[in-house]
Amino acid sequence: MSVENKHGIQDPLWVQWTLITITIGFVAIFLALPVAIIFAEALKDGLKTYAIALKDPAAWSAIHLTLLVTAISVPVNTVFGLAASWAIAKFEFKGKSLLLTLIDIPFAVSPVISGFIYVLLFGLQGWFGQTLSDWGFKVIFAVPGIVLVTIFVTFPFVARELIPLMQEQGNDEEQAAISLGAKGWQTFFYVTLPNIRWGLLYGVILCNARAMGEFGAVSVVSGSIRGKTATLPLHVEVLYNGFNVPAAFAMASLLALVGLLTLALKTYLEWKVKQQRRELALVNE
Amino acid sequence: MELTLHVSLGEGSCAKQPMSRKRSYSVLPGFGLTMGYTLTYLSLIVLIPLAALIVRAASMSLEQFWAAAFNPRVMASYRITFGTSLVAALVNSVFGFIVAWSLVRYRFVGRKLLDALIDLPFAIPTAVSGIALTAIYDRNGILGHTLFQWGIKSALSPLGICIALTFISLPFVVRTLQPALEEMDGESEEAAMCLGASRWETFRRVIFPALFPSLLTGFALAFARSLGEYGSVVFISGNLPMKTEITSLLIITKFEQHDHLGATAIAIVMLVASFAILMSINGLQWYLAKKFRG
Repeated sequence: MSVENKHGIQDPLWVQWTLITITIGFVAIFLALPVAIIFAEALKDGLKTYAIALKDPAAWSAIHLTLLVTAISVPVNTVFGLAASWAIAKFEFKGKSLLLTLIDIPFAVSPVISGFIYVLLFGLQGWFGQTLSDWGFKVIFAVPGIVLVTIFVTFPFVARELIPLMQEQGNDEEQAAISLGAKGWQTFFYVTLPNIRWGLLYGVILCNARAMGEFGAVSVVSGSIRGKTATLPLHVEVLYNGFNVPAAFAMASLLALVGLLTLALKTYLEWKVKQQRRELALVNE
Repeated sequence: MELTLHVSLGEGSCAKQPMSRKRSYSVLPGFGLTMGYTLTYLSLIVLIPLAALIVRAASMSLEQFWAAAFNPRVMASYRITFGTSLVAALVNSVFGFIVAWSLVRYRFVGRKLLDALIDLPFAIPTAVSGIALTAIYDRNGILGHTLFQWGIKSALSPLGICIALTFISLPFVVRTLQPALEEMDGESEEAAMCLGASRWETFRRVIFPALFPSLLTGFALAFARSLGEYGSVVFISGNLPMKTEITSLLIITKFEQHDHLGATAIAIVMLVASFAILMSINGLQWYLAKKFRG
């Protein structure tokens, strides 16, 4: 164990060892074990469980639906994140902190309530429900509802990453581009976008992970109709409650794998952003 | 100092405090377009749906609201939800503090891996965590098997809910404390030691007070998150009305029984609670920022 002098005085060795042991023990039991158990349960009978679980057409429809929902909600929220961060970070205006608070709202609303407010809007008893149903358009207990609530719960991710990053980078480079005759879009694509690319990617993968894994909000609006409106997490629940536990874990392990990939990418991007920030600090000096 | 909250994954790690930088009138184009888009999209996705909830609640009479939001079964669910969330947030305040301390102050093999693992609860879908925790703490689970033999009901009980909430809310405490620990300079503690304070006294009187605001923020974020948690809890809790039924589940139950008014009333109570918590964190940070700026 090496010594680090940056942070004040060192603790006695026995204190260090005790705290490190507690840390490793706590993380191992509370965080690592649950993930390990998913793969252990899924692979108990080898890959056979996967073969059986994937023979179920409902599994494929769940995978398909999850990918569809993600493919809509992530780009939509990415465009919003870019627009919001441009408006908020590049300009001064009154009410900025109120706007930031409003953008954060979906993080403060619990998943179940997020789903429920969309039922109040689009359910048959809701504001627009009757009209839409007269037009033959179904939102609740159908795919559009799942897409909408997923957009809601992942709403702030990209914007929240980009706003501080763009504020930190300032306007100098963009102003230089404009004064040299670049158009607005050119400035954005050739100056801003390269500067924020790692932060943008970071926001996008977090948004993606949440979009694929959302459970509470989606389970309120979907009705979990097997093979129709069940996303992958809902399919896991259906299998689990139907006592098809091995298949449930096999499907869950797919989601866990996405989660682990997200974590690895995220760690890499954090390192990248830190590196970029250090370069920026160097330039500013 | 920026006072809004980052309740997102990777809190503080990527989105650091922006430097305050005075800007003159901007020559950049696109303000109208991006601002208009932002406001329209925000209204459509967030504000109008939330307004639907509030309008629906306002359509109820006070007695109606009271009966729906505070009847015995609902009260029991509040007690369970707030109680278990409090326990989980307290457990995480203790262990999260130790974890953050070790990760920042000590160097050991596997530290980076451990650091990355802290975000697992954010990265793994809640339903997946839910069935995994049940497989561990259930009567037949690898830990549950032993715990049940000792007479500790680690699933289908409030304890099971506490376990799930501890799992889900750990990152909030650790990720809030880490930047604060990293920013601390060693000078004040060295000064305290030089003046004759013991290591423990230095910790208690110098280090801990400096970290306390972050700890409190992390605690509150963990608590707020736990109040609304659903996916990781419903598998392990057993969902017995009056005993292990959390409020989120009760909202779904009411909604499935077509009792929209009942669900609305409960949702309003939970929403007010979580907004109150988050606003008090904002208030606390604003107060501290003002105090330290002098």
